[in-house]
Amino acid sequence: MMGRLFEPIVIPFAALLVALLLFGIFITAAGADALGVFESMYRGAFGTWFSWQNTLVRAAPLMLTALCTALPARIGLIIIGGEGAVVVGGMTAALTGIVLTHASPIIVLTAMAFMGMTTGGLWIAAISALRHYRGVNETISSLLLNYIAIAIMNFLVFGPLRDPETLNKPSTYHIGEANMLTEMGSTSIHWGFGLGVIACVALWVLMRHTPFGFAVDITGGNMRAAKLSGLPVARLMIITSLLAGAAAGLAGMIEVAAVHGRANSSLNANYGYEGILVAFIARHNPLAIIPVAILFGGIRASSGLLQRDHDLPDASSLVLQGIIFIVILASETLYGRFSWLRAKEKTV
Amino acid sequence: MNETEFSLLNILIAVIGGAIRVGTPFLFVSLGECLTERSGRINLGLEGTLMMGAMTGYGASYLSGSPWLGVMAAGMTGVILGGVHALLCQQQKVNDIAVGIALMLLGTGLAFFLGKPLIQPTAAHLPALHLGSWSDSPVIQAALDINVLFVMGALLAPAMAWFFRYSRWGLYVRTVGESADAARAMGLNVNRVRMYSTMAGGFLAGVGGSFLSLYYPGGWSEGLSSGQGLMAVALVIFARWNPVYCLYASLLFGAAATLGPTLQSIGMTWGYYLFHAAPYVLTLIIMITTSSSTRLLSGMPGQLSNVK
Repeated sequence: MMGRLFEPIVIPFAALLVALLLFGIFITAAGADALGVFESMYRGAFGTWFSWQNTLVRAAPLMLTALCTALPARIGLIIIGGEGAVVVGGMTAALTGIVLTHASPIIVLTAMAFMGMTTGGLWIAAISALRHYRGVNETISSLLLNYIAIAIMNFLVFGPLRDPETLNKPSTYHIGEANMLTEMGSTSIHWGFGLGVIACVALWVLMRHTPFGFAVDITGGNMRAAKLSGLPVARLMIITSLLAGAAAGLAGMIEVAAVHGRANSSLNANYGYEGILVAFIARHNPLAIIPVAILFGGIRASSGLLQRDHDLPDASSLVLQGIIFIVILASETLYGRFSWLRAKEKTV
Repeated sequence: MNETEFSLLNILIAVIGGAIRVGTPFLFVSLGECLTERSGRINLGLEGTLMMGAMTGYGASYLSGSPWLGVMAAGMTGVILGGVHALLCQQQKVNDIAVGIALMLLGTGLAFFLGKPLIQPTAAHLPALHLGSWSDSPVIQAALDINVLFVMGALLAPAMAWFFRYSRWGLYVRTVGESADAARAMGLNVNRVRMYSTMAGGFLAGVGGSFLSLYYPGGWSEGLSSGQGLMAVALVIFARWNPVYCLYASLLFGAAATLGPTLQSIGMTWGYYLFHAAPYVLTLIIMITTSSSTRLLSGMPGQLSNVK
């Protein structure tokens, strides 16, 4: 057991260090003080309780959007439509909240979560249905749907659903202060973080400890073998994508219910795209997504400090993410090459 | 009555002119992607290449004063990014779609980071051919200002088709894309052919990016590209991996993308934001109607079926 865990922890960790080193070289070349930048990043992300809270709040949607890529990846589909599912999920959740605004908050929040998860789920399930029944490449169609989702949202918030009081950033009407998702205990971390952790753990149990998860992994490993052994491949694909999309839709609902109170362009704040990266680093393991999402929440939380203290453009966190992604992918080729990492297996 | 007919003609000409203007980046990126995919690899990172090309093209034109040097610089950036993609993909167990997504992220991030100082200054733009000078109407004149790059791209499409069909190197690319085993049996170095194809594809995508910043919409900003690099990948599937069809498909996409702004210019503002979705919806519909789950697409390189 320990031996199997050893390799997937050592290699990504080493890759992260290499990526940080490359990023350090890059910003030094761009004229910044690399050590100071790393110090600020640590301070902004994990230095104080205040920055920890910032980090965890940003990790919440990342966990859920990472699930949107990780679950389909286990069955062999590369879906990058998390951004679109966040947008449609947040949009329908906001609509539900506006319609029900005078009901009791618990009903409003439950209905919002249900609607957000349903639309997000159907959005992603449609992608894998198209893949299975029409052979449409799921990576490209999921990306196109991101743009379509954003266009629909812009149409609604600039047009029929616009609250005339929102001038700078056109938005829908507010769902009502009483209906907002609250913070956990005395912290400033909203319940979205709790929901994200629960979703990751629950889906980890489903994927690793149930016949359903086993069937998904068989299908992802060898589609032909799965078909020959009589597994309902189409149903597995669609249910997996439904769950994946529901997670991303919930992320949209949380952003509306806990942060903005309305649906607007803050919904497409790249959480969907960063989730792809988190999923790949966690090697599509729902449990591993939790720490990786917290790490990336930290990068997000510290980006403001980097702009203020070091005059770095806000794109620097995008560069860092790109470098991490590339080094992590390149490190895939190292698995199984180091016998000393494997040798542990026999001794334990 | 006469007036409406005239305005209909104007709309038509505006859409055609817009199709050429908006379609040119599609044309270059899709030709580049076509070349890469014919060698058996998918490069989704061309979106990042497009942004890097737009940024370096603008920067080089601003520093040197020559837009054509900008175009070359953009192309060379594409060559480098294509080389990175090919180098990563030829490692074992590395998935080329994932590498593409990573390069998309990195290319966009680098372009935003390095392009920060380029938002203010204005660089020399690419010249246009004024084909509309016969007309008195400013609408027609504006619509028929054709950029030289488009002409080059339109000539490149049949040239590339000829290259695939009749030249020795075209045969190499096709063989590697059709069956890596057969290519190895012929004594070809599969990875090297794919690397050259990806680098050349990156060159074209970079040039497409320079068109964005040096001609239309012109200037450097972070919202310059809205997924053209990715739509071009879908466009290549639609064009059945045929360079000449890539030309037609690019014009069709350009027309779809220009529909919203054109309708707005004549006062139809309802649903303006929905028309933004037109090219994406069109791509999706085309993919749904032309794909099939039971058979391989005609014209599809054999080695692509692994990554489909």
